[in-house]
Amino acid sequence: MIPAAFEYVAPASVEEALAALAEHGDDAKIIAGGQSLLPVLRMRLNAPEWVIDLGRIASLRGIRDGGDHLAIGAMTTHHDVGQDPLVHEHALLVSKAITHLADAQVRHRGTFGGALAHADPAGDLGAPALALGSTFVVQGPGGTREVPAEEFFVDLFETAISEDEILTEVRVPKHDGWGAAYEKFVRIAHQWPIVAVAATVRMDGDAIAEARVGLTNMGSTPVRARATEAALSGVPATEEGVAAAAALAAEGTNPPSDLNGDADYRRHLATVLTRRAVLTAAGRG
Amino acid sequence: MTATQEPAQGEIGRDRRRKEDQRLITGRTRWTDNITLPGMLHLAMVRSPFPHARITSIDTAAAKGAPNVVAVLTGADLGEGQGACINAWPVVPDQVTPAHLPMPTDRVAFAGETVAVVVARSAAEARDAAELVEVDYEELPAALDLKEAAANTVLAHPDLGTNVSAVWRFDSAEAGTGGDVEQAIAEARENGIVIEREYRQQRLIPAFMEPRSVVVDPTGEQITVWSATQVPHILRFAIAATTGVPESKIRVIAPDVGGGFGGKLQQTPEEMIAFAVARRLGKPVKFTETRSESLLTAHHGRDQWQRLTLAATKDGHVTGLKVDLLADLGAYVAIVGGGVPVLGAFMFNAIYKFPAYQFQTTNVLTNKTWTDAYRGAGRPEATFAIERLMDELAHELGKDPLEVREMNWIKHEEFPFTTVAGLEYDSGNYEAATARAKEMFGYDALRAEQADRRARGDRVQLGLGVSTFTEMCGLAPSRVLGSLNYGAGGWEHAEVRMLATGKVEVVTGASAHGQGHETAFSQIVADRLGVPFEDVEVLHGDTQISHKGLDTYGSRSLVVGGEALVRAVDKVIEKARPVAAHLLEASADDLEFSDGRFTVRGTDQGMAITEIATAVFAAHNLPDGVEASIDSEATYDPVNFNYPHGTHLCAVEIDTETGQVRMRKYACCDDIGNVINPLIVSGQVHGGLVQGIAQALWEEAVYDDNGTLVTGSFVDYLLPTAADTISFDLDHTTSPATTNSLGTKGVGEAGTIASTPAVVNAVVDALRPYGVHDVAMPCTPERVWRAINSGGSGGETTQAAAPHFDESEGAAQ
Repeated sequence: MIPAAFEYVAPASVEEALAALAEHGDDAKIIAGGQSLLPVLRMRLNAPEWVIDLGRIASLRGIRDGGDHLAIGAMTTHHDVGQDPLVHEHALLVSKAITHLADAQVRHRGTFGGALAHADPAGDLGAPALALGSTFVVQGPGGTREVPAEEFFVDLFETAISEDEILTEVRVPKHDGWGAAYEKFVRIAHQWPIVAVAATVRMDGDAIAEARVGLTNMGSTPVRARATEAALSGVPATEEGVAAAAALAAEGTNPPSDLNGDADYRRHLATVLTRRAVLTAAGRG
Repeated sequence: MTATQEPAQGEIGRDRRRKEDQRLITGRTRWTDNITLPGMLHLAMVRSPFPHARITSIDTAAAKGAPNVVAVLTGADLGEGQGACINAWPVVPDQVTPAHLPMPTDRVAFAGETVAVVVARSAAEARDAAELVEVDYEELPAALDLKEAAANTVLAHPDLGTNVSAVWRFDSAEAGTGGDVEQAIAEARENGIVIEREYRQQRLIPAFMEPRSVVVDPTGEQITVWSATQVPHILRFAIAATTGVPESKIRVIAPDVGGGFGGKLQQTPEEMIAFAVARRLGKPVKFTETRSESLLTAHHGRDQWQRLTLAATKDGHVTGLKVDLLADLGAYVAIVGGGVPVLGAFMFNAIYKFPAYQFQTTNVLTNKTWTDAYRGAGRPEATFAIERLMDELAHELGKDPLEVREMNWIKHEEFPFTTVAGLEYDSGNYEAATARAKEMFGYDALRAEQADRRARGDRVQLGLGVSTFTEMCGLAPSRVLGSLNYGAGGWEHAEVRMLATGKVEVVTGASAHGQGHETAFSQIVADRLGVPFEDVEVLHGDTQISHKGLDTYGSRSLVVGGEALVRAVDKVIEKARPVAAHLLEASADDLEFSDGRFTVRGTDQGMAITEIATAVFAAHNLPDGVEASIDSEATYDPVNFNYPHGTHLCAVEIDTETGQVRMRKYACCDDIGNVINPLIVSGQVHGGLVQGIAQALWEEAVYDDNGTLVTGSFVDYLLPTAADTISFDLDHTTSPATTNSLGTKGVGEAGTIASTPAVVNAVVDALRPYGVHDVAMPCTPERVWRAINSGGSGGETTQAAAPHFDESEGAAQ
């Protein structure tokens, strides 16, 4: 497990990182927390000539209150995001998902932005970020642009980040008072989810006023269960009410078939886990 | 007599913390990969991506020109000097055994086989250069599916003309140990019950913690080989036998070894290649495999189809069992190889009194990684089959599975008992172990809860699984091995050295790889010799120190190696006796030995054995004709196998919506005779249980149609961790073995052998109301869900893994 030799640079600012990226372009890989890139290098699945480490850019770390949203620096570790009281208060779904993300060691090294930029559809952060309607702030030579979550995830391991850009921040709209749950289905604890469901709901008395549901590993990108979301609006938070809406969760999805389950089984799991996640988010789990 | 401060608390039976754990757990020790020698070179292997292909050319020029590369060698370059990987157990005289060169010259027979080795000054440079070796292959059709391979649809080795390596058969009527099984089945078809099933033992990967590593130093008079191996003595023999280097010129050292589970009892191609390269270059070399290489090329385990026919009377007395196996050997016949299913042959009848029995295994070559012993080796397969069948019989009869077992098992007053497979079980008490296990488990309450959940149509259903296992361990009586054509004996050797300072060195030929030999053997010696536990040092794993031995596997270290040790200790005492008599000026007949002292009967005169050791060292005052040594050695050949047994009970909860299986409770009562160290025993049982549960629920080595190992990393080969298991309830009954002095029985494999059927029986038990009678292993949530919805066994595993690591170029973070 020895990677091929590469040159290493650790810029102190985003501008310096962009300059390094401009210089080395296709020959470079950016490393954030390294929890996906290092295995790739060690298994020699890829051999970039340059590795640009964002680890020393202080401005990419930390969580800010942006008024109507939380601004999470791309290099903030999962652990730090998961423990943050602001996240717990304003974006509970993110906190819930992080408790299920990998293991403690990975959570202390891996980063929020790194995982999202990696865009593994089985990653635990894509569905919550999507469900919460996050905005991705991307910086390039021409300045900064904002990409809505719906446009950020393009395909398997592919995002709207251009080759000369860096993800700097993820803005998560505040969902104060929304209940949340992340239902992750695995065979063993340290596995990527076979399917997971991220659900967050705003209650109005005993009924669900609004719901947002994101699905993990139900296609080449994280996806919203829009039919379910629509059907949940105004529904009483009962097993029967939610089940009918959850039965629509797999509509329009294109899940993979692999060792851990064929597509039809994943579609079925999505409906069951959606019902459970929504009920838990509604405080009825 | 010596006045002791505390009551005579023996070492045997104490839960001593393990002596070796400090260094093993912190890693401050000599693992093979930690060894660095002056001028040492590093190896990297170039491996075939194809399961079956002709090597048409190998271009090593670019690799040879890479920085700090010393040599690039192919199989043709090494030629016959590379030796061969041996099969020690041709199970039939006409066994078909493909020649196994460590590095083939013209054809590869499995994906991962080495075709060239790069030698460089650093491991990184060797790895870099390995990517520059250009190999041209002409792909050949590959024999991948076991059943198709058995039918010779595609040949794994075309020159052999068949994939069938051996057909080995046992029939109780022919052997005179029982009746005619065909007759029993025919009678049951007329007027009884016949259960016919086909079970799959999926392929597993031993997945030991420390990847294999080898260092060879050819400088000096002896060639020294350090290897992360379970079998330093066997390795030395195999190297000598196949390279022509005299055995006396080879020293093999297994330093601390990080686990094996049978996976390191091999003579590996990598060891042989390292040996050949070191000799050729005259320099020390090291090879340490990556985890990916380990999963791909270290031998795999299990991989059988089992066709089973059980005949019984209408009231549930079994009248016959017929077993027909297909066993996948992989590309070559490994060191034990085809002997693994044969070891199982004696265990399908398990704890039961079956009047008739027939066993046949067809050992088949395929173009996959070779298979060999993996924790239990043949016995887990057998135990799984019979314990599943006994549950099926109980279901057919509408009886409790424990009741049906009790109708058929050997009663405790019937020991010693000669089984239909011809083995004599020395001791056991299935009634007692079962009663205790039921009590710990809360069997009746859980049955009541199951009934309640069924009645309510609860989304979560409860299943209770039973496994009343026994096994044959303590490998092995040499005469029996000889009768089975095994190429070696099964004895073990031990030596006790009494040092001048009163300390004791113990040398054992049973080389540990994590089991705790140093602690347990120290306890035995401390008790028997009457010296402090701390004063005993256990040495092993170096053929220069431990010159004789047959190593560690098959739960043999304590019951065979421990007995050799007991005998060596007893010889020390007997050698010390005349010296003691001389020094105490007494008759040897008047001496008593206890608590480490010789005393003169009826007097207060005495002398510690450690004082005698000092006196013998000085040799100033020894009786005439007595040599100046009380050191002793002993070689012990067991007269019989050793038969631990136990009752394991497992409760699982099944989420019927998702198929998820969650373990609710696991209780087991194992009878392993007298216990030397309860803590080590618990560790062995816990680890064994998890490994067996993992076969039932999680682990499977999956190949795709191209012969590629899909589960080539721990992303896809699901090795459980502590997070996936529950707390187990353990206890023991004690029926001491009658065939060794300490009354001990092996425990290294017990948990693995017992637990797999307990779990699957529990899963099937939960699903009976859905018309389910089998779920294929591993019982994945998807299989369980499909079984619930179709009544079948859950179907095949999809032969594809999801990528989680992006191989694409570009700058995605």
